[in-house]
Amino acid sequence: MLQLSSRKHAAARSLSDLRLGEEAVLDHLDLGPEELQRMMELGFLPGAVVAAARAAPGGDPRVYRVDGSEFALRREMASRLIVRPPDPDQGRI
Amino acid sequence: MSAPRDSAGGVGLPEAAAAPVSPARPRTVAIVGPPNCGKSTLFNRLTGLRQKVANYPGVTVEQHTGVFTLPDGHEVLLIDLPGVYSLSPRSEDEQVTHDVLLGIHAGSPKPQAVLLILDATNLNRHLLLAAPVLSLGLPTLVVLNMADDLRSRGGNVDVKLLAAQLGAPVVLTSAAKGEGLEGITHFLKEALPRRQPMVQLPVISDIPSCRAWARQVGQGSGYQAPAPSDWTRRLDALFLHPIAGPAIFALVVTLVFQSIFSLAAPIMDGVEELVSASGIWLAANLPDSIWRSLLTDGVWGGVGSVVVFLPQILILFTFLGVLEDSGYLARAALIADRTMARIGLQGKSFIPLLSAHACAVPAIMSTRTIENKRDRIATILIAPFMTCSARLPVYTLIIAAFIPERPVLGAFLGSRALSLLGLYALGFAAAIFTARLLKSSILESTRAPFILEMPPYRWPTLRSIGLRLYDRSKVFLRRAGTVILAVAVVLWVLAHLPLQDGRPPEIENSLAGTIGRTVEPLIEPLGFNWKIGIGLITSLAAREVIVGTLGTIYGIEGGDESSAGLQAALQKDLSFGGAVALLIFFAFAMQCMSTVAVVRRETGGWKWPAIQFAYMTGMAYGCAWIAFRLAS
Repeated sequence: MLQLSSRKHAAARSLSDLRLGEEAVLDHLDLGPEELQRMMELGFLPGAVVAAARAAPGGDPRVYRVDGSEFALRREMASRLIVRPPDPDQGRI
Repeated sequence: MSAPRDSAGGVGLPEAAAAPVSPARPRTVAIVGPPNCGKSTLFNRLTGLRQKVANYPGVTVEQHTGVFTLPDGHEVLLIDLPGVYSLSPRSEDEQVTHDVLLGIHAGSPKPQAVLLILDATNLNRHLLLAAPVLSLGLPTLVVLNMADDLRSRGGNVDVKLLAAQLGAPVVLTSAAKGEGLEGITHFLKEALPRRQPMVQLPVISDIPSCRAWARQVGQGSGYQAPAPSDWTRRLDALFLHPIAGPAIFALVVTLVFQSIFSLAAPIMDGVEELVSASGIWLAANLPDSIWRSLLTDGVWGGVGSVVVFLPQILILFTFLGVLEDSGYLARAALIADRTMARIGLQGKSFIPLLSAHACAVPAIMSTRTIENKRDRIATILIAPFMTCSARLPVYTLIIAAFIPERPVLGAFLGSRALSLLGLYALGFAAAIFTARLLKSSILESTRAPFILEMPPYRWPTLRSIGLRLYDRSKVFLRRAGTVILAVAVVLWVLAHLPLQDGRPPEIENSLAGTIGRTVEPLIEPLGFNWKIGIGLITSLAAREVIVGTLGTIYGIEGGDESSAGLQAALQKDLSFGGAVALLIFFAFAMQCMSTVAVVRRETGGWKWPAIQFAYMTGMAYGCAWIAFRLAS
């Protein structure tokens, strides 16, 4: 179904690499089944557009916006959500 | 993605069918919804003060039930289920919601209908929960809450189209403003059997297909998501600003902390006076007997010592309520997360630890927001180290008697204030030490995922805050009051037996005195005598009880902590080293039955309170011994 662990190319960026205000499309989630399910329920699904909205004063955790909701994630979680650049043809999920 | 839909739509109401008025009239209705959808606000709207809070049997999840009366006088039992994102049972909350809805939870009646509350401003995501709830086949009303928000931010949804797609009636409400509630009343009057929905329900376990389904339903009902809240963006730019953010955070924490003490102090004095005045009045108006003594000294004194903390708890919960309902609490947790991560905890642990400075009991209850079980238990275990207000009477008595007042930082800080500050720091340090110890041993958790939803800012409503205060005071008085009452009565009995010539004995010869002298060898290494020993035992009920106990033992009427007589008596009976040891002992020991009781309740067994009690008492004893050696 979904790739659970793949780091095919070293250039793969994760949510934690996004600059504040930047948007990207979620490609896959590098998580165990429990966390994967939880994150998908919250809207972090492959194909979803995610934006790095804000950061806590220390820079971590950061607040990500997905599908009209905002969630704070620590860097260790965000770095396992792998993204690709926004796809101009694809509408937002 | 064909849907094996449960076709039990119109049946399954055998009990209700017996009711003569309307064949489909439900008696038990469950309220389900994701977190932050205004579910509890709606529940409070519908039931008002007619609600009950208890724990579900066997688990630590809180159960709110309330009665809603229809215009014709018919009563419906509403069950407010824990907020969940899905029905796949993984957390305790989700398990309870799942079990209650299916009617397999012991002690909860199976609901005959469901109110599914969804946030109208977040429909695409919240519709995800509609699929599993609708597939239960129970008559369901879909309540789109926060309608006012949806409108004001330019969103839209066609309720009729949505109802047709889901095969269930839909109403738009604003629970905070009380709009649209008549639709709920109408539904509760006569829960209609489910119709076949226009869209097929997706396979529940396949989240991407549920998601696609939710989007399809949203589109099919003309749903337009509202624009992101402008206010929220602007306030976050301020509250999460790299410099202003932490400054405001520190200000808020100081304000809460300051209010717990300065604002509460005059009210607490008032309550104390009221308790003692009514005690004196009782004593004067009852015939002199052993029963009068039990009532005035035992019951009144014991319960009064707890009631006195109610103002502090109410002030604390007013602040917490405003912070939580406005949405700031999520930001505070976000700001605190990094610091808390250093001691192995997380942002959500911060608020309970702050609250614990008033009283550990409500603090431990407020750890319910921490989903990670190990983090939650670690927070519960360290919370009683925070300097709660019950330690203050003990601290002030000992400090006043043994620390001479000298200026340390000019007029700004004296030696006594510094000692008090040092005791606060000591408690905090013990908490951090314990947290690190726990998180690197028995409560080690691998990469606890910290996921925190940032709700939009909202105005808190008086009604919701008021109900919360009412709720909390009820819970506090019941939980703490019963334990304290029992212990106070037992102690009174021990201090008055055995009777000598029909009269209560001298305290030294009473059962309590015997116990005090029995434990004396144990506490002698700390510099305490048998009188302090009795105080240590009575203060197991609540820390501040030792002040009253010592007052009684030293034969001082009233046992007032500011009493110069009691201070003088202590100075004669306790060395300086013993006094320091006593302070250290009270800083660390878990001298509070209410805390033990609430930990047992919240962790669902005796294991954790037993470990905690042994650990804290051991630490208190060891450190007091070292302090006595060093200070003597």
